[in-house]
Parts: sequence; C-alpha cells; structure tokens
Amino acid sequence: MFAMRVKIALAEKGITDYECREENIVVSKSPLLLQMNPVHKKIPVLIHNGKPICESLIIVEYIDEVWNHTSPLLPTDPYLKSHAKFWADFVDKKMYPVQKKIWATKEESQDETKKEFIEILKTFEKELGDKCYFGGDNIGFVDIALITYYSFFRTYEYFSGLSLEAECPQLIAWAKRCLLKDSVSSSLADMDKVLEIIIEYRKIKGIA
Amino acid sequence: MQEIKVYGVWGSPFSRRVEIALKMKGVEYEFIEEDLENKSDELLMYNPVHKKIPVLVHNGKPVVESSLIMEYIDETWKQNALLPTDPYDRAQVRFWAKFIDDKIMASVGAALLSKGGDISKAKEEMQELLTVLESEITKNKLFGGDKVSFLDIIGLFVAYWVPIVQDILGNHVLTRDKFPGIYEWADVLLDDAFIKKNLPDKDKLIPILRSRFGVKP
Repeated sequence: MFAMRVKIALAEKGITDYECREENIVVSKSPLLLQMNPVHKKIPVLIHNGKPICESLIIVEYIDEVWNHTSPLLPTDPYLKSHAKFWADFVDKKMYPVQKKIWATKEESQDETKKEFIEILKTFEKELGDKCYFGGDNIGFVDIALITYYSFFRTYEYFSGLSLEAECPQLIAWAKRCLLKDSVSSSLADMDKVLEIIIEYRKIKGIA
Repeated sequence: MQEIKVYGVWGSPFSRRVEIALKMKGVEYEFIEEDLENKSDELLMYNPVHKKIPVLVHNGKPVVESSLIMEYIDETWKQNALLPTDPYDRAQVRFWAKFIDDKIMASVGAALLSKGGDISKAKEEMQELLTVLESEITKNKLFGGDKVSFLDIIGLFVAYWVPIVQDILGNHVLTRDKFPGIYEWADVLLDDAFIKKNLPDKDKLIPILRSRFGVKP
C-alpha cells in the first residue's frame, strides 16, 4: 500500500515520464533497492536524478515540495499542514498494525482486533465529516495516505467476515469518490488480486 | 497579540524539543506543566486522539506530536531556520528524525525499560540501530553543521536522556567506546551554551526518572 502512494502523488502532479521498477520483496530484494535504502531495505524508494528518498509519506511530501506548481497535496497554511501530517501519521501508526493483524495472523482472538479496526475507520469518518475528501475539494496528503489501504478492503472482509460498507458507509463513499480520479484508479492495486496475493502469502508463511 | 501555550512535562525530551525550538526563534510562550497521572481537561480537549504531551496551542489552535510541532514552529516563525530549504535535504532530515523517533526510541524502551520479552535480542537491535545512526554522523559536527538544527534537537533524546537512563538502570548499550561518533556529536551538542541552558538539570531529573522506573536511590 505504500508504493501506491508515490504513484498517486506523481500522477496528481502530472508526472508520467518515470520508470517504475517492480521489486519482489518476499523472495529477494534487488541490489539497487539495497543500495538506495540501506537503512530499511524497503520499498518504496523514489530515485530523483540519482538521489534516493525513502519512506512513502516523506516521498509524497518531497514530491509536493519539488513540483509545487500544481495540485498541492499539503496545505500551505502551517496549522492545516500539521493537521494533515498528523492524520497521515495516524494512518500508519494506528491503521497499519491493526489491519495487518486481520490478515497476517491466525483466526483466533479476532474479536478485539475487529472492534479496534472498526473504531479506527469510524475515527477517520469523523475526521472526514462533510468534506468530499480529507484534503477538502481535492485529494490531499491524508487521502493519499489512507486510500491505498482500500485495495485491501476485500481482504479485510474476507478474513474478518465484516461488511465494511455496512460498518462505515461514509468512508466507503469517500473511497469510491477517490477512485473516480484517474490518479487513484490508475495507481491502486486490484482488490481481488491483492486478496489472491495475501492468500498465497499466508500459505508461504504457514498461517492457516 | 499572540497567545502561545505549551502543555508539557518538565523532564520530558518531547516537550523540551518544543521549548527549545520556540526559544531558538525568540518566541515567548506560557508553559503549562501537566501531571500525566491526572491529565488536565485542556490537554484532553486539545489532544483527544492521543491524550499526550506536548501540545502547542497557538491562538487557540492545537498542534500535536513533537516533530510536527517543531515543523509548525519552523514554518510559522521563519527566523533561525531549523530545517534546510532544499526539498531533498528536508526529506533526509525527516527520514532521520523518523528513524530516531520510531526505531531508536522503541528499541531503547524494549532494551532498557521493558521488564518482559527477549531483552538480549532487544539490546542487539538497539545496538544495530545505533550503529546505523553512528554511520550518519560527521566527525565533530552537528547534524546542522556548525549550528544546532532540527535533527540535533530531535537527537537530544539520544545525546542526553539515554545516557542518564542507562546510568540509572545500570544497563549500558550506548557506550563511548562502541559509538565514538555519537558521543563526539553529543559532546558538541551538549556543550552548546544555549542547549546547556535549556536542558532539565541532571540532579533534578535523575530522582524523577528513578521514581518513574521504580529504582531505589
């Protein structure tokens, strides 16, 4: 879900002329990835004129600062910017570990996890409120941070038995609005494909 | 007339970051000491999601998370810049700030403060992470070169608090012989007159931390 953020950001800025290299991070990481991200050895990495930038949200902010002539992803007002960065950080600090428990662990004791997961989604709904997007009239930093998790929503439903549309209708509506944008629809992984990959991943890891 | 309040805790490295950033910019503020066992209604109102300090309240509007507050301060009061202007350099600073806050801090907690879990594995991890940080240090220089910058302020947790915590617990992973670069950077940083003046006094801090960790004097 992290590399997709970079793709959406570049697309929002109208940057299409770039090379995208697929990494097979489960099997083996390329020498280039290990050289460009020696600290974490993770994707995504943006290499701009030979210089690497790592960590998806840091990359998105970098893209916003470099290509600042169009489609701002972060507000210019310092207070609104800090607010957006807070919520994007909340996505990774809270959403990431809880959603991972849904598909990366065995089925027992899922009730607490499911409850926590829905609470987090409802927190996002509350933050979204009446707005079209978290960024206001157009997608912004928080939308980009969160929408990429939408490609896992079928996976969450499959392993939890939850109906996310029933639990969080406003959030699903927001996600569908985001998907109407080319930058998002062309960057998000297909939900069914993600589920296939996760089922395979669980077999490799020996998770029932 | 601007109203600036900082909700913090005297001995906390996180609220000190905010105070140092404000002072470096010459910005006056009111500091409100919080009792973490009995958080004020204002704190809970200003930070309902995490309910943590520090919180900066600027003309009634709250900003939370210490590194985000520092960025906010840097963007609002532009004198004595804490972050570089070049986007690539800014991305590098944010990367290392996140490394210190997300990785090193968690490993310090697991290796030094945790009572359960695999302590020797946690210590090994702390050592590995400090080795990575060591590789980023330029000899006898601050992260900001000749002057204290964003990353130096973030790093005060490692330079000042970690050695104190280690001494209290009698548990040393960060040592001068294993990490000469980190210690040389810390020496330069802690020798800075402004920084020295704005750190919590060790003699007062130690008993507070001892009590927090349940260590008898």
